[in-house]
Amino acid sequence: MSNEIAVQHGVIPHEVHEHHDGHHHHETFITKYVFSQDHKMIAKQFLITGIIWAIVGGLMSVLFRIQLGYPDATLPWLEDIFGHWAKDGKIQPEFYYALGTMHGTILVFFVLTAGLSGTFANLLIPYQVGARDMASPFMNMLSYWFFVLASIIIMASLFVQTGPASGGWTVYPPLSALGDASQGSKIGMDLWLISMAMFVVSQLLGGLNYVSTILNMRTKGMTMTRLPLTIWAILFTAILGILSFPVLFSGFILLLFDRHLGTSFYLSDIVLGGNILPNEGGSPILYQHLFWFLGHPEVYIIILPTMGLVSEVMSINARKPIFGYMAMIASMFAIALLAFLVWAHHMFVTGLNPFLGSVFVLLTLLIAVPSAIKVFNWITTLWRGNIRFTPGMLFCVGFVSMFISGGLTGIFLGNSTLDLHLHDTYFVIAHFHIVMGVSAFMGMFAGIYHWFPKMYGRYMNNTMGYIHFWVTMVCAYVIFWPMHYEGFAGMPRRYYDYSGWESFKHFVELNRVISFAAILSFLVQLMFVFNFFYSIFKGRKVTTQNPWGANTLEWTTPIRPGHGNWPGEIPEVHRWAYDYGKDGKDFIPQTEPVGKDESTH
Amino acid sequence: MGDVMTVEQKKIHPYKFNLWLGLAGIIMMFAGLTSAYIVKRSQPGWESFTLPRIFLYSTIVMLVSSVTIQVALKAFREREMARYRLFFGITAILGIVFMIMQINGFYQFQANGMKMIGIGSNPAYSFILAIAGVHVLHVLGGLIAMLVIVSRVYGKKKRNYDSVPIEIMTTYWHFVDLLWVYLFVFFSLLH
Ligand code: HEM
Ligand SMILES: [Cu+2]
Repeated sequence: MSNEIAVQHGVIPHEVHEHHDGHHHHETFITKYVFSQDHKMIAKQFLITGIIWAIVGGLMSVLFRIQLGYPDATLPWLEDIFGHWAKDGKIQPEFYYALGTMHGTILVFFVLTAGLSGTFANLLIPYQVGARDMASPFMNMLSYWFFVLASIIIMASLFVQTGPASGGWTVYPPLSALGDASQGSKIGMDLWLISMAMFVVSQLLGGLNYVSTILNMRTKGMTMTRLPLTIWAILFTAILGILSFPVLFSGFILLLFDRHLGTSFYLSDIVLGGNILPNEGGSPILYQHLFWFLGHPEVYIIILPTMGLVSEVMSINARKPIFGYMAMIASMFAIALLAFLVWAHHMFVTGLNPFLGSVFVLLTLLIAVPSAIKVFNWITTLWRGNIRFTPGMLFCVGFVSMFISGGLTGIFLGNSTLDLHLHDTYFVIAHFHIVMGVSAFMGMFAGIYHWFPKMYGRYMNNTMGYIHFWVTMVCAYVIFWPMHYEGFAGMPRRYYDYSGWESFKHFVELNRVISFAAILSFLVQLMFVFNFFYSIFKGRKVTTQNPWGANTLEWTTPIRPGHGNWPGEIPEVHRWAYDYGKDGKDFIPQTEPVGKDESTH
Repeated sequence: MGDVMTVEQKKIHPYKFNLWLGLAGIIMMFAGLTSAYIVKRSQPGWESFTLPRIFLYSTIVMLVSSVTIQVALKAFREREMARYRLFFGITAILGIVFMIMQINGFYQFQANGMKMIGIGSNPAYSFILAIAGVHVLHVLGGLIAMLVIVSRVYGKKKRNYDSVPIEIMTTYWHFVDLLWVYLFVFFSLLH
């Protein structure tokens, strides 16, 4: 009693009392399912919104892969659906660029940032630190609704006459700054910027809450070094977001000025359609600095939460403590710190001072050290474990495999001399899709399969889970591995049709194989979506409180917890989260007091 | 229950903690903008300028408003509601005056031929508008928050002596004040 009042008093005092009685007043459909302030419901809202976005964004990649795999084909059904965007059954160049841009924007921001962090931060923070809800449930709800607002705006931009933004997900000026430069630089670009502004607000509202809940609302006995790694990962993620999104915002403000107020922050000496523009004194490189100062931390905002999820799910299913708990925290700290110091590795070819470049090379390559420590720890956790190959566990192993493959190519790119050749080729596409795209999805799937029973009180179907894993894993390598060779050969990214180029036309068949695998893997994701929704209603019911035999606090709540999570008092914590296979016991929950002769970790 | 209360007092209120984190974010945004400014300044085509005097006066207004809001907070804590309302109101008015002076200052720039926007504008002046303009928006945000606090008092039937909202408001206000002082010094030195 005393403990939780101490922690929660002053935040939502009346609510705390409400939970003691264990019943809930005036919950209508609207307050329960729509404008909910319950962290569990908000997590589900983020997850389902993220799934919808993933389908949309994935479908876009299917469409542009059709163009890349079959550049000569005419497909009348495309015209039936997309009208003049696919005139004569061929995807038009403007459409192609719009698809690529939106695919990047949606997957990076809407799915792997909001969908991923939004889901697992909301679900796991209160559960695993032992709190009834977030520090400010109201701000938490706002965070979700700002995300919805951003979603609606960007969705609307798909339907305007001139189409959505289409200058790449990084929206570099001058293309993005001059409305006359291309179709996609008109209103679609404005909508993109407004949507992203809303998105940043959503991220900040969420992030503030995550940090302050983790630091201020832990239950009694939950010291920082007893926190599960999921929570540590989310903490670093949120801090990265709070410090880097505002800088992106400042870059957008200047871009909006250039677009609408005739300023020249990013513009100078431009000839557009034969006319010399009056803008003078600006520099597009300035935008790149502001963008990548967020952009690089952003990639870690995506991968860090999944590192946490994987550490947790892997340890549980290997029935072994995570190897090197403190080293895991230290390397996440190092990654978070270095993430702010390497942004210029995206700009080696911008005429960056070579001395400065070499500093960025050094700092970039330094990131490989903490990354390697983490990989080493995961492999050691698996080593001689009592492994249970649940779908969640398989995705953890897949994550590690992907992260290694993609991390190694990062080291190629981090050397500026090599990057001069590889920049803006398919090698970069391969690098970041493997290390970020696929890895993050694998980590997210691991999390979904693992915590689904906690979210919905039912299991997902295992057979479909295994098919999902193996097809995804094989397809991911078939799609992205060959892209390295294309990149070595100098094949640039973002081109519309490679068949007309002497140097690249022998890749047409390879591209077709890639497209085939891409479409197959998309279909398998649809099967996952089916499994997800089917299992919500028809999945096998969870009958025990702690189905995985896990140590963390969320498994001490009822199978279907109400708002407030624990019907009685919040449990007290006595140990870290990783006592698996200790002293002859399979697992020892965090709530169990340390025995007399027992050693602590 | 006694020890419980002491635990609570030692802990920082979560909303205040959120505020501090938010301020860190705002600082990063202005760090981004001002470092962009520094980078640009070293490049060709930069025109130097002197800030119109009105910005000095607006700085003074802002500093005074920091004092008045502090007085208001103190009054609130001592339950002197009349004095609290008076000084809270003065602060709001000073905030509005500050915004008017800033916008007036922007017009003076334009009037002196230092174009901030449109054809022939120079990034140096555009930067002033962008940076100081974003700051004005933060002041506006503060004013809206004040409005919310005031309207809440009238909306509730019960009297509310919870000082947390006012404390958060005060911290935020001092912050936008300091932020402007920083920007003012920054613009004055690096022009
Ligand atoms: C060993 C660590 C890593 C190194 C040394 C590294 C290095 C690099 C370099 C130098 C580039 C720029 C390539 C170019 O445009 O020419 C790059 C691109 C990229 N990296 Fe990495 N990287 C590493 C790990 C990661 C991780 C862990 C992620 C994400 C989770 C990631 C995501 C990305 C993305 C998204 C891009 C491309 C952005 C774009 O141009 O659209 N990288 N990486
Ligand atoms: Cu990077």
